[in-house]
Amino acid sequence: MLRFAAARVLGLVPTLLLLVTAAFFVIRLAPGGPFDDERAIQPQVRANLEAAYGLDAPLTTQYLRYVGGVLRGDFGPSFKHKDTPVIELIAGGLPVSAALGAAALLLALLLGVPLGIGAALRRGRATDHVAVALAALAIALPAFVLGPVLALVFALRLDWLPAAGWGDSLDQAVLPVVTLALPAMAYVMRLVRAGLLEVLGSDAIRAARARGLGRWRLVVGHALRPAMLPLVAWLGPATAFVLTGSLIVETVFSIPGAGRFLVEGALNRDYTLVMGMIVVYGTITLLANLLADLVYGWLDPRIRH
Amino acid sequence: MAGSIHASAIESPRRGAIALAGVLLVLLCALALLAPWISPHATQAMDWSHVATAPGVGDSHWWGTDRLGRDVFARTLQGLRISLLIGIAAAAVSVTIGVLWGALAGYAGGRLGGAMMRLVDVLYALPYVFFVIILATLFERGSVLVLLLAIASVGWLTTARIVHGLTLALRRREFIEAARAMGVPTRRILWRHILPNVAGPVIAYATLAVPQMILYESFLSFLGLGVQEPLASLGSLVSEGARDMETAPWLLLAPAGCLILLTLLLNILGDALRDVLDPRTGA
Repeated sequence: MLRFAAARVLGLVPTLLLLVTAAFFVIRLAPGGPFDDERAIQPQVRANLEAAYGLDAPLTTQYLRYVGGVLRGDFGPSFKHKDTPVIELIAGGLPVSAALGAAALLLALLLGVPLGIGAALRRGRATDHVAVALAALAIALPAFVLGPVLALVFALRLDWLPAAGWGDSLDQAVLPVVTLALPAMAYVMRLVRAGLLEVLGSDAIRAARARGLGRWRLVVGHALRPAMLPLVAWLGPATAFVLTGSLIVETVFSIPGAGRFLVEGALNRDYTLVMGMIVVYGTITLLANLLADLVYGWLDPRIRH
Repeated sequence: MAGSIHASAIESPRRGAIALAGVLLVLLCALALLAPWISPHATQAMDWSHVATAPGVGDSHWWGTDRLGRDVFARTLQGLRISLLIGIAAAAVSVTIGVLWGALAGYAGGRLGGAMMRLVDVLYALPYVFFVIILATLFERGSVLVLLLAIASVGWLTTARIVHGLTLALRRREFIEAARAMGVPTRRILWRHILPNVAGPVIAYATLAVPQMILYESFLSFLGLGVQEPLASLGSLVSEGARDMETAPWLLLAPAGCLILLTLLLNILGDALRDVLDPRTGA
């Protein structure tokens, strides 16, 4: 297990490096620059600006400087938010985004897992069909549709919950978290249902049933652990899903998270801000994938070799 | 497991629902394509005597009008058309790349094939939507071609994995070995023997890729990075509608309803196709 874990952690390094390198060069090779729209500035002023931000050096030098900076925890200054280092901008919004994403993921798991187990145990009956149909509907509901519709119904029409904001009261979190959690919950339910159905049909379970094990002990004691494997494997992609969804949810509900910096930074050609977002969110996604891998390896000894 | 897999792949209560989904999808697509002839209003025509009127109020504005007096029915169906077009085109591009990549990696095998699939694994682990956002913003905003390529660059990974797995299994089969022994060139083996044998699962996955691509496009359009005025996609219409939903909720509900219906129907049909054509991976 230890060797498996060490190999996985080491594998992270080249992936991260690839991410930083690809992002850096894609952004730089695109036409346009951060000082394009500040009304026709004089060539000398532009040259001075570029020199001040180190943009006059050859691209490879800039790249090496950037990677060196990131290793020391320095993501550089933002081009548009004057006098604010990128790391401060992102660190300001990240706790909010993280709280939103974690709450949504937790809600999705707390509701999705029991629903999936229930649907699998009642396979082919009305409850199962209803659950499967609702899951199909929820998966077809993207955050940018669900968010505004929920806000329209529950905030503007019924006036039960606030339509925007974050951190002033707990009920502000309800609509954003539900928006983010609902499709994820449907996904969890499907994965658990499919996983459990497959395990319940396996020879091991048939043998356990032949030994006269009760239905409850059969499911909880024997079937559940292997049935959770697809769900664990999904937790890595789920993190990416939640981070992506939070870009939308933060826009819809005016939440001061870090997500807006990505779109805003890309539109403004704020190189360092976009790079910072990619490095931070990319690292989070990769760590989530790593964690999912490790848990998977712990649950299923076969893949360690 | 008695009887043929095709007969048992789909439980009977689902069949009615799937047939219904198919009929509805055909109707929806027909409506989208025929809208210019059905609707009494052009997509860009501004009716200043009916600005932001509710559905059914103004003369023959069935779904109401927006703040500029444009007919919501005509605009929404134009959005549906563009979303469908981008979705289908992007799915076609991404599935093609994925099939080629997966088949080559699977057939080549060894170190080269391993390296090719390792790249797919690495890309899989990244939050690739971020890259799409960057591509869509940095290169010529609003260009449908850039948008299409940016979206397609996301979708090929899953196809590549599926095809890779299938090709690996195929390559050890006798008929492939026989073809190789007879000196059939690699390209011909791939084209005549590998591709036809992976077609079933690929068709099923391509159907599921269409709604996926439509959602990515709408996601970008919602953020203002996708289709630009005067063109509209369902995503950009939802984003527009969300701004005015307090006073004119029909501006949000019409495109949102179409988008949900479209992705739902495509998902149902894609799942059904997968269960029939690729029974092993079916959930």
